Amino acid sequence: MNLIEVKNLKVYFPVYGGIFGKKIAEVKAVDDVSFSIPKGKTVGLVGESGSGKTTIGRAMLRLAPVTGGEVIFEDKNILAIGENEFRPCRRKMQMIFQDPYSSLNPRMTIFQIIGEAFEIHEPSLSKDERRERVGKLLTQVGLKKEVMSRYPHEFSGGQRQRIGIARALAVNPEFIVCDEAVSALDVSVQASIINLLQDLQEQFALTYLFISHDLAVVEHISHEVLVMHHGKIVEHASAEAIYESPQHDYTRKLLSAVPKI
Amino acid sequence: MSEQPALEPLLDVRDLRIHFQDGDQIVKAVDGISFQLAKGETLAVVGESGSGKSVTALSITKLIATPPAIYSGGQILFHGKDTLTMSPSELRSIRGRKISYIFQEPSSSLNPVFKIRSQIAEVLQLHRPDIKDIDREIIRLLELVGIKDPALRFHDYPHQLSGGMQQRVMIAMALACHPDLLVADEPTTALDVTIQAQILELLRDLKKEIGMAIILITHNFSIISGIADKVAVMFRGKIVEFGPTAEVIKNPQHPYTQALIECVPRMGARAKRLKTIDYSKVNV
Repeated sequence: MNLIEVKNLKVYFPVYGGIFGKKIAEVKAVDDVSFSIPKGKTVGLVGESGSGKTTIGRAMLRLAPVTGGEVIFEDKNILAIGENEFRPCRRKMQMIFQDPYSSLNPRMTIFQIIGEAFEIHEPSLSKDERRERVGKLLTQVGLKKEVMSRYPHEFSGGQRQRIGIARALAVNPEFIVCDEAVSALDVSVQASIINLLQDLQEQFALTYLFISHDLAVVEHISHEVLVMHHGKIVEHASAEAIYESPQHDYTRKLLSAVPKI
Repeated sequence: MSEQPALEPLLDVRDLRIHFQDGDQIVKAVDGISFQLAKGETLAVVGESGSGKSVTALSITKLIATPPAIYSGGQILFHGKDTLTMSPSELRSIRGRKISYIFQEPSSSLNPVFKIRSQIAEVLQLHRPDIKDIDREIIRLLELVGIKDPALRFHDYPHQLSGGMQQRVMIAMALACHPDLLVADEPTTALDVTIQAQILELLRDLKKEIGMAIILITHNFSIISGIADKVAVMFRGKIVEFGPTAEVIKNPQHPYTQALIECVPRMGARAKRLKTIDYSKVNV
């Protein structure tokens, strides 16, 4: 069963120019893209900078302006419904960002960062209950409960990414977009975060869209792989097939760029 | 380091110790490391964040500020002279001319308000004032690093170039004075895999063409094969393994090196889980 389905998604950005500042062209960041993600599975989205992969991830969470197409989640086209109707869906869809340094507010403690989600989505919780939930989330991502009183700068890159994951998990999401979630990390730390994401997927039946420019990482974590080039999906195959029999020239080029140890 | 090069090495680091004062604690960022680098040789320094690899690289031309750093021991012999005891003016004559650097983030290393041309020209005017036709030399350098239409491109500002192109410009600036040693500190970490492959290819070609020595600093074992002759694996300020690259990758001796190689995801391996480093099993 598909958890989320993207149909003919288009995101065009206008280019303004000329002496009157009129729209003179448009950039087709995402150009007629369709795919679906089965529940509990990971779809990898791979491509170079500027290929439109981040825009797809953002558009699926209603975080980017969409020119056309549909995103079907729970039998609803979430792009066509009003903000009030969408709000219950919002908590089921979360995002983990690339840069663990800039995605955590430096003036908030870890308790405030993760607990903020409860203030909005579960306002009935008392402070002690919130504290307990945050502590539980921290242990789930491999950190100690006691760290919740600390500030982001006291943590390493890998630990911050774990905090970002705990924040995403706070609202019991079903779908998580991981946008270059391990690209800024050392390979050794990258391995532990990938393992954590896989463990959490098993535990909570999470569905991931895993965005990365690194085909080796995508191939490892994904069940299916989409290869993007200039706003279009040029290849869609299982992780095994992408590696064993790439069909598109661009996929072959990406494969050959992966360094071999 | 069994084989002793016949000539004196280009760079000879002996028992280097660099400590940082943190309150009343001493952090031993580099804790007694030694290695040699011959002319035209490429050495990869591999380690995780905080292992001391960047501090080692920067200290070669004494680029680490004191305080908070304390150069508490050892020597760095470059052409037989200890850079740690050089005067500021002696150091200036080496920095950028004999030893140059490229860093991880090309966009933050280039000055955003100057055109490419004037940034490279500044290096040439400073270090090679004898050059008559500066523009021609700039074009030659840009061509060398694989930038197409250099005569047009050098009127661009850094933001008009992609990350890969910016890194090529940085390399062109680093090569402007025909350095004996190029220190590349995570030169491809901020770049896409495809661009990374191009930049590594470029470094490989330049090494052959110009014959300069390179120190390549990285956290990723997978990028060094095919480019580095030797590899030094650093962990908590110490070199835990040193040897020819192919041999170390094929047959790593130290448990930390083994762990660092195993945690790289491999295409087609279809492993369920990636290996991670169990620090309790790594003893130095």
